[in-house]
Amino acid sequence: MATQPYKWRRDTDGLGVWEHRGKVAVAGFGHSPVNRRWDETSMDQTLGAYSMLACELAMEDAGVTPDQIDGVICCDSHIAGNSGGTASNWAPRPYFDPPYDSEWGLTLVNGDWLVKNMELPNVKYAPSNVPTIGEMFGLAAQSIADGLCTTCLVIYPTGNMEGRYRRGGENAEDTAGGARQWTVPWGNHGGNDFINIFPHNQYCLKYGGTHDDVAPFVINQHRNGLLTPWGYNASSGMVQLTMDDYVNSRYILNPLRIFDCDRPVNASAAYLVTTAERARDMKQPPVYVLNHSQHNFNHRTTQPDLDEIEEWTDRAAKRMYEGAGLGPTDVDIFNPYDGYSIMAQFFLEAFQWHGVKRGDAFAFYADDIRVEGPHPFCSSGGNLGNGRTRTAMYTDSIEQLRGTAGPRQVTVRAETALAAFTTPSSGGWMMFGKHPN
Amino acid sequence: MPKIIPVPDELSKPFWDAVNERRLSLQRCTACSKLQYPPKQICQACGSGDNLEWKDVEGKGHVSTYIVIEDGRLNRRMPDQPYNLALITLDEDTSVNFYSNLPGIPPYEVPVGAPVKVIFEEVGPNQLIHEWQVVD
Repeated sequence: MATQPYKWRRDTDGLGVWEHRGKVAVAGFGHSPVNRRWDETSMDQTLGAYSMLACELAMEDAGVTPDQIDGVICCDSHIAGNSGGTASNWAPRPYFDPPYDSEWGLTLVNGDWLVKNMELPNVKYAPSNVPTIGEMFGLAAQSIADGLCTTCLVIYPTGNMEGRYRRGGENAEDTAGGARQWTVPWGNHGGNDFINIFPHNQYCLKYGGTHDDVAPFVINQHRNGLLTPWGYNASSGMVQLTMDDYVNSRYILNPLRIFDCDRPVNASAAYLVTTAERARDMKQPPVYVLNHSQHNFNHRTTQPDLDEIEEWTDRAAKRMYEGAGLGPTDVDIFNPYDGYSIMAQFFLEAFQWHGVKRGDAFAFYADDIRVEGPHPFCSSGGNLGNGRTRTAMYTDSIEQLRGTAGPRQVTVRAETALAAFTTPSSGGWMMFGKHPN
Repeated sequence: MPKIIPVPDELSKPFWDAVNERRLSLQRCTACSKLQYPPKQICQACGSGDNLEWKDVEGKGHVSTYIVIEDGRLNRRMPDQPYNLALITLDEDTSVNFYSNLPGIPPYEVPVGAPVKVIFEEVGPNQLIHEWQVVD
């Protein structure tokens, strides 16, 4: 099998329009059920079983057979992608009969495991060390554009099990080394919540407003989630979040509330990515890739501040728009990452979607952002509305461009879509188009 | 409950050695004159790799903003919850910031914008960490 072999990232300024714009397409997707946790006994609900199911559904959606698959790109996942350090490790445990006689397939999944267990006979490309979905989708697009494979399954599993989330491993230790020596002694265990909450406070001070001004956005994410049949909220009988629920919810990192945080889940999703030419002969209308871009900005000091966050997100927006040959007024569907609610305003303003400038996000949230309204922001419901799958942004973008989003289908034009799993400092963006040009 | 104990490495040892002598010493780039914290192999401002020296700083700053940790993930700090986590900017170079629990300031009562000075707190045998105290 190949290893992650080449410089595929588009992660510097000034690269110009992506030379493969419109030549790669998404032809199918599939989602496993989304459970809160794996119960450690149901073998049809392991992360491996769910990933295989998602792949089968993606192939069925596209109308391709296993023998046509020549690429498998799977984030090397255990829990919530490949992040979380030792606090995300769940092994060792009692094991089972093959193929579940090790951690592989239970809470660990990668390309090699899937190729073997799905009996995909013609796979020639299954890179290792695959990044999380924000970058993984870009890796897939570039790999196909460069001819490393032609018909590729792209899989993102996210696992969760019994117990409080990430309470073990290094978070249970009395000492902290490496990067953690600069944060953990004071209580910062690391993560997007800490990265963004301080700039969010500075945002409120600079532009006016309070933390609870994000409530309309969070509530609307839950509304969109209930319109997403495969998501956790809709499939688990959750009821619509209200303003009272939100303002009375407990704090995690005050002012960050529990409902500002996505809910860890056990699920997997897969996408069938191929050449635009092949996609035209498949079952679904192609959704074209118009650009992919990544970023990994250096932290200047301990904690990014608002100025730094705004500079980073501005640069990421510029890279993406330049590579896609599009501008803010060209983007119809906008699905930025929302794993913590307080990130979304930075992305919204940087990309100036629907004309939103710096400091305008809270007023925008208070306007009509419903899917049937004029500003259907985050029509996916994201992770706040569907659980921490980190895939809703991509699936909704595909469905909106196909015109198959059902009750979430926007009433405005839906010919281009931006989707991301990214922090302000690192991650990736994808631009999709209904048309290749 | 004691705070979590930092484990110095080759790069950070000079910093922690200084802290254990009750000094705040940061990297300074002689090429661009910027201070740098946490220590890195190269200057984050100008990319220079061979021009980093250690420089004692006065240890005065201001409270930029803060949060209160009510449900964190660190086992050792859970008995302390809720506790303040403030962001301190260094007066000598406001692009440098630090975390602080602001000893002596009750949770939720952090005076944003207040001046602070560095102090040192023992977290383990022969290991201090830098903390910050509001100056009246």
